[in-house]
Amino acid sequence: MRVSELPRPSPERLLKQVQAEESKQWGAKLKIFLGYAPGVGKSYRMLDEARRRHDRGEDVVVGAVQGQQSEDVQALLRKLELIPPLQTPDGQAIDLDAILRRAPQVCVIDPLAAQNAPGSRHAYRWQDVQELLRNGISVLSSVNLLHVEEYKEKVQAITGKNTTETIPKSFLLAADDIVIVDVPPDLCLWRQGEKLTSTGISNSQERKLSELRELALLLTAEVVDAQLETYVHAHGIEPVFGTHERFLVCMTPHSNAPAMIESGERNKDRFQGELYAVYVCGPGRSKRERVTIRRYFDAAKKAGASTEILESNDPIAAIVEFAREKRITQIFIGHSTRDTWRDRFFGDPVLRLIRAAEGIDVRVFPH
Amino acid sequence: MPASVDTPRGSLKVYLGYAAGVGKTFQMLADGRAAAQRGVDVVIAYFEPHARPDTIEQAERLEIVPHRKIEYRGKTFQEMDTEAVLRRNPSIALVDELAHTNISGSARTKRWEDVQVLLDAGIEVWTTMNVQHIESLNDQIWQITGIQVRETVPDGIVRQAAEIVAVDVTPDALLNRLKRGAVYKPEMVEKALAGFFKGSNLGALRELTLRQAAHEVDLRQSAYDETRAFQVPRISEVRPGGVADNQPKERILIHITADPSTAMLIRRGRRVADYLHADCIALFVHRTAQLSELPAQEREAVEKHLRFARSLQIGTQVVGGTDISKTVVEFARRNQVTQIFVAHSEVLLLDRLRGRNFTENIVRKAQDLQVTVVADRSRRQVS
Repeated sequence: MRVSELPRPSPERLLKQVQAEESKQWGAKLKIFLGYAPGVGKSYRMLDEARRRHDRGEDVVVGAVQGQQSEDVQALLRKLELIPPLQTPDGQAIDLDAILRRAPQVCVIDPLAAQNAPGSRHAYRWQDVQELLRNGISVLSSVNLLHVEEYKEKVQAITGKNTTETIPKSFLLAADDIVIVDVPPDLCLWRQGEKLTSTGISNSQERKLSELRELALLLTAEVVDAQLETYVHAHGIEPVFGTHERFLVCMTPHSNAPAMIESGERNKDRFQGELYAVYVCGPGRSKRERVTIRRYFDAAKKAGASTEILESNDPIAAIVEFAREKRITQIFIGHSTRDTWRDRFFGDPVLRLIRAAEGIDVRVFPH
Repeated sequence: MPASVDTPRGSLKVYLGYAAGVGKTFQMLADGRAAAQRGVDVVIAYFEPHARPDTIEQAERLEIVPHRKIEYRGKTFQEMDTEAVLRRNPSIALVDELAHTNISGSARTKRWEDVQVLLDAGIEVWTTMNVQHIESLNDQIWQITGIQVRETVPDGIVRQAAEIVAVDVTPDALLNRLKRGAVYKPEMVEKALAGFFKGSNLGALRELTLRQAAHEVDLRQSAYDETRAFQVPRISEVRPGGVADNQPKERILIHITADPSTAMLIRRGRRVADYLHADCIALFVHRTAQLSELPAQEREAVEKHLRFARSLQIGTQVVGGTDISKTVVEFARRNQVTQIFVAHSEVLLLDRLRGRNFTENIVRKAQDLQVTVVADRSRRQVS
């Protein structure tokens, strides 16, 4: 039905599939604890889980620990077996061979983002983690928003902090599990030695951390959404609607597409949602109409929309089918002022769309 | 102890989760304990007596204000003793389960009403709730899970909170806890697995919780910025291609009718308005603008919807007019409305009755307005 693109799995899904296949036979899983800044308590949450798993009889070791440790973290570490990292004059790296020889069920790697000393088997620690997973060892690991490559610049713009040690976002998206460790900024700062303020945002420092917190929550939501989609595909169940706002702009040569695209972009940004734009290719378009549509496509792409051409004799059915597949929550459609014989015969397309789009909002734009 | 006029209101902190068992209560009690160790006067004002062992362990290290025992139909129920908490007058009171409905015979119907009393007295309150209890999310939750949640908390109450904390856990870990019997009693586990804990529900509720928490965090940033000339790059501006915020302010008009779908329309309107930072008003149009002239049943329904809109901080108006669509559009134009919200069922109903379409009439008349037909989210999708 669609001519522009065959439904292809995203790189994230492919990577996830590969990782899943590699580790499936062993049941090894990667679980990542994400925090928006140092001091949210990631290490504690992670080591507490390691301790509980150890108490329940799982074979748990610790392969890497953070340099600075709170008393609580030290108390947890005392209950767990440590495989010390290798120390070289150029820095340290986890002792991959020692962990592989020891072959535990679960290994704690804290933190995930680190560059290995020159001469190590892998340049980055996240590659060590991949090797552990391939060898059937589950990994618990932690990461700060600053150390996710795609967020590095945003975090730097807000806090002024910089780093060279990052992991790709695709690594997060491919993890089996992600948990966000959320804590109010005042407690986060207090754990870093600041004075405790009252509940809520009290100063500019907390305000900045709050911005990072929002980004971390949205990143986690994105990962959870990707997992949900994988789950839906794997189980062949109907897609889940309404967890996330997704807008679909239906472009025709005679609708007010620029206004719809502009509004779509604003809605996408405000809802932190996604924007799609489609054109249903009907028979008998003039050259002028085709030029107009091409212009709309460019505008939609510039607004950050995923665009597609649908080909169908029944445009309404094609739009609704596309909307269901993409889990659209709101369809933008222009009200055509043209009164054609087709409309008189088949009924107003806007009304037919409203009737067909059960469970999806329809926003009608004036011409 | 009655609060004096100059007692500042207590702050509210909400621990937000996506299901029973994610660890909201545990986190609240752990934070309470940490505060007590710092020398803050913290008490437990209410916590579920059937809590898990590790939660009880957290609670045991804190002072508990004894619950009120209420006899109802031969059984003993425990509720928060709000008056006793007021007499004890701590700095911070921990109150589990904000969405709880008190047993018949209590002074107030809802626990969130008790919490208001504590806040008014200047006591800081920390409390717990799940995302499905937020009023404006009711229809989305219904659409996602097929479950309609009866006990809800008005958005305004959540919005009062100075702080929202997301309590996160993976669905796998939660299901393990459930199967170990750490969340519900054994006889309840099966019911849970067929309801909220089924299939993709937990993941969807979790995503919704994270997005809601992000939204709440964002609202508090805006509120902070309004009180101070504080500049930090906003996410939308940091994003490549983000839209700068120089757009004219959106105004949303919700068209109220007696139809039950109006409740959904109000919730959706509130939600969209919150995200777009838009104003929101609700309008009921009747021939004479006199509600007293409506048949009793219709009047009750309309009044209920108007009250509901006001409870979500949406201003309401009743206007006279024989041609409903014309009146709605003219009102919209006079009040600089940018979007009119109408219910999906309304379209179908009026269409059938009059052989023409209400939405179409509005669209035709409102050349400069957008019309949003809000879907009936109670119907599950079939693809």
